[in-house]
Amino acid sequence: MAQLDIVDVGHAYAPGAEEERWALKPLQLTFESGKTYALVGPSGCGKTTLLNILSGLVRPSRGRVLFDGVDVTALPTKARNIAQVFQFPVIYKSMTVYDNLAFPLRCRRWDKARIDAKVRQVAEALDLHDRLGQPARGLTADDKQLISLGRGLVRDDVAAVLMDEPLTVIDPQLKHSLRRRIREITEQFRPTVIYVTHDQYEAMSFAQELLVMKDGRAVQQGTPEQLFEAPSSTYVGYFIGSPAMNFLTLDRGDGPFALGGRPLSVAWDVPRGTTEVQVGVRPEYVKIVTDPGPNTFPGRLRSVSDHGAQRVLEVEVAGQPVRVKRPREDGVPVREEVLVQLPRAKVLPYADGKLVLRS
Amino acid sequence: MNLNATDLCLTVDGVDHLNNVTATFRPGRLHTVIGRTMAGKTTLLRALAGLQKVDSGSLTLAGADFLKTPVWRRDTAMVYQQFINYPHLNVFDNVAFPLKRARLSRDEIRRRVRQALASVGLADFEKRKPAQLSGGQQQRVAMARALARGTGILLLDEPLANLDYKLREQLRDEFKALFSDQGDAIVIYTTTEPAEAMMLGDVVLVMHEGRILQTGTPQEVFERPATTTVASIVNDPPMNIFAGRLEGGQVTVAGFQATHVSAHLADLPDGAYQFGLRATDVSLASSGVEGEVTYVEISGSETFVHVVVGETPFVVQIEGIHDLALGDLVKLRLRPDRLFAFDEQGALVRTPSYDLVSVEGR
Repeated sequence: MAQLDIVDVGHAYAPGAEEERWALKPLQLTFESGKTYALVGPSGCGKTTLLNILSGLVRPSRGRVLFDGVDVTALPTKARNIAQVFQFPVIYKSMTVYDNLAFPLRCRRWDKARIDAKVRQVAEALDLHDRLGQPARGLTADDKQLISLGRGLVRDDVAAVLMDEPLTVIDPQLKHSLRRRIREITEQFRPTVIYVTHDQYEAMSFAQELLVMKDGRAVQQGTPEQLFEAPSSTYVGYFIGSPAMNFLTLDRGDGPFALGGRPLSVAWDVPRGTTEVQVGVRPEYVKIVTDPGPNTFPGRLRSVSDHGAQRVLEVEVAGQPVRVKRPREDGVPVREEVLVQLPRAKVLPYADGKLVLRS
Repeated sequence: MNLNATDLCLTVDGVDHLNNVTATFRPGRLHTVIGRTMAGKTTLLRALAGLQKVDSGSLTLAGADFLKTPVWRRDTAMVYQQFINYPHLNVFDNVAFPLKRARLSRDEIRRRVRQALASVGLADFEKRKPAQLSGGQQQRVAMARALARGTGILLLDEPLANLDYKLREQLRDEFKALFSDQGDAIVIYTTTEPAEAMMLGDVVLVMHEGRILQTGTPQEVFERPATTTVASIVNDPPMNIFAGRLEGGQVTVAGFQATHVSAHLADLPDGAYQFGLRATDVSLASSGVEGEVTYVEISGSETFVHVVVGETPFVVQIEGIHDLALGDLVKLRLRPDRLFAFDEQGALVRTPSYDLVSVEGR
């Protein structure tokens, strides 16, 4: 497995377009060997362009692509030694499951015994070992996707496995179990995996690290936990987490931080003055309390949404909506007037949509 | 103007698609039908719309036989999971299409289309073609087309299933407001997602293998699930169900230390039970029974940790995003005060009594 480096890579589909309109703005990234990454973002964010640059399908307008330090920018897909899993399963329908898995190894002229051992090892991991003699055409879509993945895993020397929305054609009920299988298998074989999806759940459940993309830019790279706890922008705060992070605009002025005329104690300092400061706080961390205290603010309960094990309350604080997510056992406040507490350690500062932290 | 289904049955190739379905759908209410894939939800909607013949049973609207009413006179509109729009028509004409066929006046069509598009937030998109819209916008167009017809019965078959979670989140909020605006229409909405069924439904019908297992308010089905199957369907992740015994004031569960029985189960006779515990009521602790992590899922803001203790699988829900590796050993603690007790056949015997009260905050 290889480390993949993206060095100052950018891409414009229309030649001569100004940089602001590039499908992928120049960026620098490292995908470490043996780790799983998810590229996630809405359609048009550049994630598929980036994947296609890694696979060699698209030659970037600028920059270099390195596999273990070797420049592959000019190499076509077949010379890059990557495995790909697409939205639709790509298998040889006339071949058996065994021959599908063995095919890439036969092309590499491995000897028979070595092929057999490898095919059986991978088939075991895919749970297809008892169907090796079956023609592949009779398999379900999720098993076919496993074969697509397996064809990449049989090759010991494969640089990376690239997956483009591999669950698209899978029945909703089976998505969960296929995702689980893919994760189990990748944990066992430890390939470098780049997985493209528009689904945040899928990305967070599958990958060790996420790269959130928007408008051709990599907005934030980090573990699911890092993206949840410290989103680098209001966009990531909205995109990751359900419901989205709350953002509240603080009172203007030079004095201490305040919200609706009441002091807000925070664990950081940011320059005041010209820019408007917003604070972000996750609905999971906002509390409804009975007694006034530090960082408590009066609010009005606007709505209660019952999600089952949790309820989401919408409270208006200083004229701004705040969502509070709380366990069902905590019940629903009986009065419209409530006290909302914003825990000091969980309140983060944002200016111009970006996290600005100076502790 | 109730829509009454009585003992609807449909068997295809020996498999029950509808098995004695009896339900009352009322005007001005939103009914959510929750069940897993293949539970019979789509078949039920198609039967109500007249698109699917049933083997037996009756269907009446305001007392009149609805089964004999031909499809085109049934006054129903349906929105599908896979949104369907006419690719060659712009948004306005997509929504206007059924109205033109119904030969409404031009002014009336314009009025209804504009109103429907405004209600789904697409007032400025009249001239766009479906291909120029996002998935969420396309589903809104399909929704507007159904709304514009102003039918008495609105059938929605998992309309959010094909959208990603941010969009689902947003549209759920929008739908809630939208449906409360539909006056006397009977709205029936199918979903596989408990949170969606709970949030949107005035009435929740739990469906499984062609049968309606329970009907009630969201609170009733969530807090008093009639069977282990209902408990599993209305919770996401499914409620943990495991065998155990009550004996001499102790609860015993295989693999776990016996614990003192909580007050809510204290008067039950000794014997074998199935116990249910929501994923939120199992926790990872520094001491307790050891299990192995078999899978970790992240769902927006929560982490679902799948753990096997001996042979018994558990799902633990923890707030926030946590990194656990498959194969990690963790310790589990069960909350005895939150146990649901079911008999060996799976019928509800006792619920924990915590959540029926409202409290002053906490």
